[in-house]
Amino acid sequence: MSSFKIFDLAGSGMSAQSVRLNTTASNLANADSVSGDPNQVYRAKHPLFEAVRAGLGVNAATNGVAVRGIVESQAPAVARYEPGNPLADSNGYVYAPNVNSVEEMVDMISASRSYQNNVSVLGTARDLMLATLRLGQ
Amino acid sequence: MPLNLDTYIGVHATALQLRSQRTEVLAANLANVDTPNYRARDLDFKSALAAAARTAASPNAPVGLATTSTGHIPGATLEGMPAPELKYRVPLAPAIDGNTVDAQLEQAAFAENTVRYQATLTFISGKLRTMLTAITGQ
Repeated sequence: MSSFKIFDLAGSGMSAQSVRLNTTASNLANADSVSGDPNQVYRAKHPLFEAVRAGLGVNAATNGVAVRGIVESQAPAVARYEPGNPLADSNGYVYAPNVNSVEEMVDMISASRSYQNNVSVLGTARDLMLATLRLGQ
Repeated sequence: MPLNLDTYIGVHATALQLRSQRTEVLAANLANVDTPNYRARDLDFKSALAAAARTAASPNAPVGLATTSTGHIPGATLEGMPAPELKYRVPLAPAIDGNTVDAQLEQAAFAENTVRYQATLTFISGKLRTMLTAITGQ
């Protein structure tokens, strides 16, 4: 029986979703890290998921999901007029990261649900395999 | 009468194998629930089991294709029988990123598949117990 593959499959899903949770945490933590230079301010990071195929052809099995990379959002930094801020540039502006807190919170909930799905798949697969091992007893 | 354990268990051994393969396919769908351009797939259990039964009945056993390079597409066989063709799911509401996995639908299919897997296990278990009763005579 080849069901051991399910553990790798669900495991890859869990690891991918935890990378997503990590980037969300980083984005939310840095939501207010202002800078005086719009090119140096923190940019929102998002992981890029990719399916891992076992080979070519229609029937090739899917071996899970992988994080191909982490991309930075290209949205412009938010300029705020704060002349009293020691980081402000000569015009009195500071630049806040392009992190959208609402989007990040939604992303966090979605990642958490997907993670839970993978955990329950893992648990079910384990129960099924144990039941198969006990066959005939 | 010489008894062959394979024929005694009958269709259930093949069914168990197919159910286990379907579990994998559904788990792959659930793992790729957020992957852009991923197309959800499923296995048509009924036609796969019928194909396996036809293969078992025919005198010409299936032969796997040898692959000598990683780029070769393998002639798919699943432990002696032709591997069932995986089909793409028709999405109810495809996402804008090209992903066609509907998490709720996949979860439901996974739960259904789990129950049927356990049913097959129960059938096999019952057959083995029947045999054991006959052997011990109790």
